[in-house]
Amino acid sequence: MTSASTVLQAVKPAGALDVGRIRADFPILNLEVNGKPLAYLDNAASSQMPRQVIDRLVRYQTSEHANIHRAVHALSEKATAEYEGARRRIQRFINAKEEREIVYTRGTTDSVNLVMQGYGRAFLGAGDEIIVSQLEHHSNIVPWQMLCEEKGARLRVIPCNDAGELLLEDYSNLFNAKTRFVAITHVSNALGTINPVKSMIATAHRHGVPVLVDGAQAVPHMKVDVQDLDCDFYAFSGHKMCGPTGIGILYGKAQLLEKMKPFEGGGDMILSVTFEKTTYNAIPYKFEAGTPPIAAAIGLGATVEYLESIGLERIAAHEHDLLAYATEAFTHLDGVRIVGRASDKAAVLSFTLQGVHPHDVGTILNEDGVAVRTGHHCAQPVMRRFGIPATVRASFYLYNTFAEVDALVAGIRRVQKIFS
Amino acid sequence: MDSKQLYQEVILDHNKKPRNWGKLADASHQAEGLNPLCGDHIWLSLKLDDERVENIAFEGEGCAICKASSSMMTTNVKGKTVTEAEQLVREFRDMATGKLDITDESNHLGRLKVFAGVRDLPSRVKCAILPWHTLQAALHSESVVSTEGDQDPVPAAS
Repeated sequence: MTSASTVLQAVKPAGALDVGRIRADFPILNLEVNGKPLAYLDNAASSQMPRQVIDRLVRYQTSEHANIHRAVHALSEKATAEYEGARRRIQRFINAKEEREIVYTRGTTDSVNLVMQGYGRAFLGAGDEIIVSQLEHHSNIVPWQMLCEEKGARLRVIPCNDAGELLLEDYSNLFNAKTRFVAITHVSNALGTINPVKSMIATAHRHGVPVLVDGAQAVPHMKVDVQDLDCDFYAFSGHKMCGPTGIGILYGKAQLLEKMKPFEGGGDMILSVTFEKTTYNAIPYKFEAGTPPIAAAIGLGATVEYLESIGLERIAAHEHDLLAYATEAFTHLDGVRIVGRASDKAAVLSFTLQGVHPHDVGTILNEDGVAVRTGHHCAQPVMRRFGIPATVRASFYLYNTFAEVDALVAGIRRVQKIFS
Repeated sequence: MDSKQLYQEVILDHNKKPRNWGKLADASHQAEGLNPLCGDHIWLSLKLDDERVENIAFEGEGCAICKASSSMMTTNVKGKTVTEAEQLVREFRDMATGKLDITDESNHLGRLKVFAGVRDLPSRVKCAILPWHTLQAALHSESVVSTEGDQDPVPAAS
């Protein structure tokens, strides 16, 4: 060991992430792109999968697969046990009170739509109001607009300030006798703002209004406790937390899920079917019609196990360090504007470069092996709020390094040189 | 591919100092081209005289590829007949989508070949093609076009 690395070892605080060891878990990070080592900074769009989860998927497909909740043979019993075991693990992960409050979905978008279809269509009517925020992803706007169109209900929007923080007084003032539902994001995918959802939920509950939280950008990066938040619904996706695509979760309080109508009809969501009458299954099964993505659900269970083995607090601390380092480095770049400067912010760095369109930035960074997202991030109302068509967005995760931030900054300097 | 291939001096120059910038007061044809997802947005106006592009101008906002492609398109089609302009639209589209062998000298692209590199960047093809699609629309008196989500938006039979 050289003296320099001894020093590094010495200054590394106790409990800090060993990023080198974590990176060894992610085979894809060894890739080279355009002859340069891949710097994957597009984690808010989708994250990479560790060997532990990949291996779990392989083990399931090679030795455990059959349809669940059906047959009495050994493989079906095994698949069912693993599928339900993953549900229990996910329940504990977000501290849901009961296992039956965890509904498997295809992802966050599917979860939001399930609530819109099962709760919104059943309990909202003409003249009712739904509150969303300026910071929402399209997936937490469009379903509610569709509901408004169908029911003659009205969408109300919580505005944000120039830093990208929601204006909480305006939020409180939106409530009236017609307010029936609140749908807000926990963390803004475009700006990184962490919204104070716990107090916002308390505000809504004082008015007797239920709240759905879009947690797609929160669950991967911070400890989420749905009982502590007291949210009524909480939605998130597997693929943004190192898990598989095609699987997500809807958490819902049991008494609300029980009141809701099933969204899709089919097998597994029923107790009995005759041509005269069908009796629906209990929650969560009445929302899981048809054969679900069994492998992906079991993979999500393994993903939770992986993240827990590292610790969400340590992951959040590492991401915070990366964001602080990157934000500081950006202050030395001329003509760079960071969009979104909330005081409580996740590891998302959205920015524009004076005189250069984000897509040109993205194309040139890609040549340096740096993968960022460019565009409006499915949050056009956010872009409009800041008067820009698009941004470049770097979003960090547990496996990202300070060297990758350096590669990003060097890439930006190269863009500026090309366009000088 | 290397950015030095795509972001060549000529493209950067046209991005910085777009030619034929503005709006024609006496336009006979115009169209608006829009890629809402990436924000490329151009307005094209042209004056046709006896089936010839007597004058052409554009303005708008967008990435360097879109702006340079618009600018170079205006310099290339000015003075050409409508038939010649449409021939260029077809050849540019085929080049950008990789259907045209640019080493074959029978085409009329000339310096427009600097855009050949977008063929390796599917997400950027629509940026380069937008002005050409808009020109096609203007010539056919359509008002608004988009090349969003489409790598080969110009109808083959035109």
